[in-house]
Amino acid sequence: MSITLKDVEHVANLARLELSDAEKSQFTDQLNAILKYAEKLNELNTDEVEPTSHVFQLVNVMRDDVQKESLPIDKVLLNAPDEEDDQIKVPAVIE
Amino acid sequence: MTTNKYETVVGLEVHVELHTNSKIFCGCSTEFGAPPNSHTCPVCLGHPGVLPVLNRQAVEYAMKASMALNCQVADISKFDRKNYFYPDSPKAYQISQYDQPIGEHGYIDIEVNGETKRIGITRVHLEEDAGKLTHIDGGYASLVDFNRVGTPLIEIVSEPDIRTPEEAKAYLEKLRSIMLYCDVSDVKMEEGSMRCDANISLRPYGQKEFGIRAELKNMNSMRNVVRGLEYEQIRQAEILNAGGEVVQETRRYDDASGKTFSMRGKEEAHDYRYFPDPDLVKIHISQEWKDAIRASIPELPDSRKARYTSEYELSSYDAEVITSSKQLADLFEESLQYTKDAKGAANWIMGDLLGYMNQNNKELSDVALTGQGLGEMLELLAKGTINGKIAKTVFKTMLETGKLPQQIVEEQGLVQISDEGALLAIVDAVIERNPQSVEDYRAGKEKAIGFLVGQLMKETKGKANPAMVNKLLVDRLKSQ
Amino acid sequence: MSPFELSLQEVGAKLRSKELSVTELVDASYKRIAQTDDTIKAFITLNEQEARKQAGELDQKLASSEAQGALFGLPAGIKDNIVTEGLLTTCASQFLSNYNPIYDATVTRKLRDAGTVTIGKLNMDEFAMGGSNENSSYFATRNPWNTEHVPGGSSGGSAAAVAAGQVYFSLGSDTGGSIRQPAAYCGIVGLKPTYGLVSRFGLVAFASSLDQIGPLTKNVEDAAHVLQAIAGYDASDSTSANVAIPNYSEALTGDVKGLRIAVPKEYLGEGIDPRVKEAVMNALKTYESLGATWEEVSLPHTEYAIATYYLLASSEASSNLARFDGVRYGVRAENPDNLIDLYRKSRSQGFGPEVKRRIMLGTYALSSGYYDAYYLKAQKVRTLIKQDFDQVFEKYDLVIGPTAPTTAFRIGEQVGDPLTMYLNDICTIPVSLAGVPAISIPCGQADGLPIGMQIIGKAFDESTVLRAAHAFEANTEFHKQRPTL
Repeated sequence: MSITLKDVEHVANLARLELSDAEKSQFTDQLNAILKYAEKLNELNTDEVEPTSHVFQLVNVMRDDVQKESLPIDKVLLNAPDEEDDQIKVPAVIE
Repeated sequence: MTTNKYETVVGLEVHVELHTNSKIFCGCSTEFGAPPNSHTCPVCLGHPGVLPVLNRQAVEYAMKASMALNCQVADISKFDRKNYFYPDSPKAYQISQYDQPIGEHGYIDIEVNGETKRIGITRVHLEEDAGKLTHIDGGYASLVDFNRVGTPLIEIVSEPDIRTPEEAKAYLEKLRSIMLYCDVSDVKMEEGSMRCDANISLRPYGQKEFGIRAELKNMNSMRNVVRGLEYEQIRQAEILNAGGEVVQETRRYDDASGKTFSMRGKEEAHDYRYFPDPDLVKIHISQEWKDAIRASIPELPDSRKARYTSEYELSSYDAEVITSSKQLADLFEESLQYTKDAKGAANWIMGDLLGYMNQNNKELSDVALTGQGLGEMLELLAKGTINGKIAKTVFKTMLETGKLPQQIVEEQGLVQISDEGALLAIVDAVIERNPQSVEDYRAGKEKAIGFLVGQLMKETKGKANPAMVNKLLVDRLKSQ
Repeated sequence: MSPFELSLQEVGAKLRSKELSVTELVDASYKRIAQTDDTIKAFITLNEQEARKQAGELDQKLASSEAQGALFGLPAGIKDNIVTEGLLTTCASQFLSNYNPIYDATVTRKLRDAGTVTIGKLNMDEFAMGGSNENSSYFATRNPWNTEHVPGGSSGGSAAAVAAGQVYFSLGSDTGGSIRQPAAYCGIVGLKPTYGLVSRFGLVAFASSLDQIGPLTKNVEDAAHVLQAIAGYDASDSTSANVAIPNYSEALTGDVKGLRIAVPKEYLGEGIDPRVKEAVMNALKTYESLGATWEEVSLPHTEYAIATYYLLASSEASSNLARFDGVRYGVRAENPDNLIDLYRKSRSQGFGPEVKRRIMLGTYALSSGYYDAYYLKAQKVRTLIKQDFDQVFEKYDLVIGPTAPTTAFRIGEQVGDPLTMYLNDICTIPVSLAGVPAISIPCGQADGLPIGMQIIGKAFDESTVLRAAHAFEANTEFHKQRPTL
């Protein structure tokens, strides 16, 4: 498998990154190098191996359905880049 | 314009908000209608470094709902991240379930035009709700309220087994009823605690393969689901009749025009990059846990309906209507602790109760009537303490005050007059005052007796025992 | 002599006898920072006003002679990816350059409860992605031993601040070696606890299934005490282990007789600087002389660890860093055309090249059609790597090897070649994938730069790791060496 410039553009779009042409070509090369290196993993037959998502098998970690105090509005908005009427303001989705 | 060349195929994706006290992954309240962003914390706002902790109640509600929908509940379930950017999704991923949902392979039975039909449920999975956007500045900007973020949701995905808008409606009504029976949600479409998206396609009758489907969104009432599907049936049929091809896309239902509009351009092709959420651990659901949840599920509408038709000999229609609401069915059953007249109880519920609720736009919870009241009233009727006419008055008073019938009868002096002597005096008085009718009757116009009975009831304010009145009148007229 | 050269017991005694005050300790910290941080550049943000206020309060508390714990009054530095309410937390990223946290991390709260004073926030590779601190979007921290060299990373600021005597101890985070490698490069002690021992709540996530917070200290005893303060179950972290926490300092008996040590041949093979290898071999001789035994073993899947790690960590990171979208906090790009433009510009302007590279790699690895080939495959190989350790720990108490293949490299030496840079982590990454605890302690020097030895233990057996590290320290002088600044 080899990554093309087009793949890089597609992935950048999924990740909401805007890349310059230089970045695109650099990432194409670098990602290809890294993924080529990762092909090493295919040397291993893992058909019978369970995937590890957690190193220690914790299960059923849950809390009781108890309310906790929410934040005061000034804290909610403390870091807001733009706000109006106690809400976060954003430009509209593209029309 | 004809659409009857084509068979409609519909699958519904229904989101139901679970009415836990706190959110699914943090302790904020799930209350509807609070001031903007007043029910938020670092966790549901997706601040850097926060971690989710699963609300056990949400899992149990999802299990309960899955069981009530005849699903198999998973032995092992887990949460996955669904990655997409949108301002109402603070982490830019939604915690959802991808390949190990809580429930799978279920079904519900619906009744349309007197026929029962089974609709398959593909899966029931648990996930978190998103925030709410309000568009301002003429559509150039939006405001985000994160109160709803993290409210637990189940998504119920049906098989493409639905064939008409009416079936879709019946399916939604049945789902709603089951959720209410299980007491896991308020299921109010107008408040958004039940939301429905639809996949709809057409195919020529007899064709096995599905046609190309459109996904409909934004149908925020039962009525709109029906209207949206009806519109879409016609739109797709027109395209097919003209030899065209339906575009696979998401379409937004517009309430004002009753039409659907393409959302193309606003939504790109999605690649959600699901993967197991490393911040949460797996859920192992033991048989003991399942048993405990199953034991908490009340008798569901289908089973009640079967019992009502067999035990109480209600009509299938009456049983369907009464069991469609748990409260209504509970009221019905409560009344039967006080009377054996099940059919009578059903008639009063179907007629006077539902009529009153419809006319006054009331929910059952706004009505004061109790099952005991209904049952005792039927007993008073059976004993002849009151007659049907008085019962109407008593029932209306019960609806408004919740008082028991005995008390109402006493307070308003509504006991039926069955005393022969008392009635005879009134009969004589009526005969004396209406010589024309008496004459008519004796001349063979038997109908004239109706007028005389009417006069008599008027005289007694409806309290006269109607059967006795009739008998006494006829006796008197014939003997004189 | 700096009060930071005093042992914990000595500091405690002097505080109680009023020979020393918390205010004086905090003064010493800021004085040292003023003297050295123009060169070292360990701190991104100082907390001076608040720290001095807090010191005064702690001194008053001391005056009322309440019994105080081992860490009471100590000036601490906190890595800038650990959230501190009211104190800027930037993750060394332009994106978060204005981020004022609205809550405290669990470890922040625990340190405050222990009576330590937060001196400031320490530099790091942006979002903990890197091994040199050159990926900080503000400036590169210098190695106090030789300022032409890197301090390591990503907890480079945390290691340099302790090595330079700016704070008594610091907290770092370790995803693939980010505590151990800078500790090795800076000649100090760095402990990565077992995954789940220390709460991650408030640690800005890089790779959730690997991240752990741990202490960086001048010696093993300090590490034991700091670990004691921060370890333990936290109901706010679903991956937190609900295990009993032993008394770690009680484990420091000096006795390693009968300990069975495994030495993986893969950690001493190709690419390892011979001087590093020699230092580790000498350390093993020390252990032998103390009554422990060691044998060479194989961790056969070691060569697959780096590829596994970069796929898993980058995939998780691509999702973890998606919340930095410019909507609720952080630096929003100016004048976006629309919402998508706001996302793209804010993220592109806010993230540095290494962060973008890993987001790209992770997004690709999770994208439709590639999940099984990359992410799932890596999760399966992770199982094999963990099994390597499980098998070795059936027969041995500890695994020992170098922390890093070389001493600290020169600033700029490896920039532009991500893959070579990644290969530096060959000795630390397998440990992170297995989730087991490991400590790096100084065991030698080469060309005036420290060499670190890594002692790896069984899951939740920090006690044995600390005991072995402490016994080595007690019989050697490496930990007493200080850079001249």
